[in-house]
Amino acid sequence: MPEGFERGLLARITRTVGEHYRIIHANPLSRIGFWVVSVFTIVAIFAPWLAPHEPWAMQYDSEGSIASLRPPSLEFPVGTTHLGYDLFSQLILATRTTLIIGAVSGFISIVIGANIGLVAGYYGGKIDEILMRLTDVLYGMPFLPFIIILIALFGRKLEFVILAIVLIIWRTSARVIRAQTIAIKQRQFITAAKARGCSNLRIIYRHILPNVLPLLLLYAAFNIAWSIITEASASFLGFGDGTTISWGGMLYELWLSGKTRVAWWWFAAPSLCIITLVTSLVFVSRAYEEVANPRLRKR
Amino acid sequence: MALLELNNVSRHFELRPGVVERVLRGGKTRVIKAVEAINLSVAKDEILGIAGESGCGKSTTCSMVAGLLPPSSGEVLYRDRNVGEMTSSELNDHRRRVQMIFQDPYESLNPRFRVSDIVSEGPRALRLWGEREIEEQVAAMLAGVGLPAGKYWDRYPHELSGGERQRVGIASALVMKPELVVADEPLSMLDVSIRAGILDLLKELSRQRNFACIYVSHDLSILANIADRLLIMYLGQAVEVGSVHDVIKNPKHPYTRALISAVPVPDPRVKRSPPKIVGEISRPVDPPPGCRFASRCPHADQSCSEVFIKLDTNSPLAHQAACHRLEQINSEAT
Ligand SMILES: Nc1ncnc2c1ncn2[C@@H]1O[C@H](COP(=O)(O)OP(=O)(O)OP(=O)(O)O)[C@@H](O)[C@H]1O
Ligand SMILES: [Mg+2]
Repeated sequence: MPEGFERGLLARITRTVGEHYRIIHANPLSRIGFWVVSVFTIVAIFAPWLAPHEPWAMQYDSEGSIASLRPPSLEFPVGTTHLGYDLFSQLILATRTTLIIGAVSGFISIVIGANIGLVAGYYGGKIDEILMRLTDVLYGMPFLPFIIILIALFGRKLEFVILAIVLIIWRTSARVIRAQTIAIKQRQFITAAKARGCSNLRIIYRHILPNVLPLLLLYAAFNIAWSIITEASASFLGFGDGTTISWGGMLYELWLSGKTRVAWWWFAAPSLCIITLVTSLVFVSRAYEEVANPRLRKR
Repeated sequence: MALLELNNVSRHFELRPGVVERVLRGGKTRVIKAVEAINLSVAKDEILGIAGESGCGKSTTCSMVAGLLPPSSGEVLYRDRNVGEMTSSELNDHRRRVQMIFQDPYESLNPRFRVSDIVSEGPRALRLWGEREIEEQVAAMLAGVGLPAGKYWDRYPHELSGGERQRVGIASALVMKPELVVADEPLSMLDVSIRAGILDLLKELSRQRNFACIYVSHDLSILANIADRLLIMYLGQAVEVGSVHDVIKNPKHPYTRALISAVPVPDPRVKRSPPKIVGEISRPVDPPPGCRFASRCPHADQSCSEVFIKLDTNSPLAHQAACHRLEQINSEAT
């Protein structure tokens, strides 16, 4: 019997993971991005054990006075707030919130965007018309008024922040994946699949989906990056979830404290984290951009 | 009983002008008559060759036979059942019985599928057998087309040569155990050096597995080699049909004669007098009602652009040409 018979699901998974690992590692920038994202992920997972202090616990120095507005030092690596909160601990715990929001909204938005794009692009006609008009409507929707109304109606909750972000960002991925689907459905292997008796759903999810996968992963990375930026903006404007700490929320508290001109570290730390993580995600997406668009590949 | 019958089948495509063109030039919707009133039949175990220049509607005809494209008018009958009226379960059954082999082995294989998945896809989609049985059938089929499963099972299309790819295409059609195989120029994209091998394989498999075949090509020497009967098409019309021997040795229609004289003759002593073909082949956009070859035909007169004779499907074995001036042409020649 051919050896192929013995290879099961596990082998396929290993193969797929290996393939993606190779794609990412082929590009030096993506490799850096990948490791930075991995470090952030590890920090997010182990945040409660890594953070030295409670995020909203006043810290005292050796003389017993409140450690208020201390610049970075050995004791407080990223400094403290005006109320003596340890910014390093806040930063670590905020990583968790930010990554959860980024991953969840990135994932949901890519799932919605991909499905709408695949269905609209594959069926065309009326279905396409309806779905694309729907995305057009969302394109016309400004993010801030939308999230303000949502928060006003339902309160400052993480779920609604995610919901607002998802509703805003799925549209771009839907459009791009629709365009790619239209290009792929005209290829002859799709006709061949039809001639072999494949149903429409089978063609969409088994034959077209793997071919838009690089593009899908590219936009997944983009969507995560956009979610993080959007969450930061929303939190900075005071529309984040007040009970959890996020990088944007830290900047919001800085703004409320009125110490923006004094506490440069308070401003620098969350900002750098946002920039580093978003840039790393864009770097990772670069690798998929090259796979999705072979013309970009270096000769 | 004929396995497949096409009665008066036409396929038209509308060419809608864009908004700009409509405003600027008052453009109207034009119609490409890709296939016009075709009659043909394929008997069990028979190989019907279809020949004709590029754009004459060969692929369109194939798509209609395979049930991938509905005809604009006329009916496609498979075992006396109208393909256009089949329920979805009947259509699935039709999809198994009638399989296609495609022209371009670089385009017709999904680049993200392994060879084994490509060949298993049909049986899996139609749930022909259990997974275990499918694996066995696929392995046997791959061996049958000269690709040992042990070596090729996990390969991706980009790891194969053109000839190997076309073998995969053939395997993925034949694994379904079809009764009719529609092969749309399966050799034309392949390197000349490997064509003979694939052609022999197809002939061999059609003998072993007893399927009928519609074999499309613009290469008459290949058709002479493989087919039992020939259908010659010109710009969507069927112009001549008959046994391979009759059509090639004794072509009647002026177009067929021109086509056959264009084939290089291996024997230099054989002399043929090629009738001159003048003019360019065009696309059948809003064509006049008569014979479409009229504008290029050396024998055409006024009546030709008005009269067109359809070939008769009721006598499938006869040698017929769709030209109403055959007798005059013959008397001119002598
Ligand atoms: N979907 C379509 N829309 C518009 N026109 C079409 C379509 N499909 C085919 N045609 C036109 O119909 C005519 C016949 O096309 P078809 O592909 O059947 O030709 P063919 O004989 O297979 O040619 P070739 O030898 O180049 O493969 C051509 O003029 C082509 O432009
Ligand atoms: Mg063709």
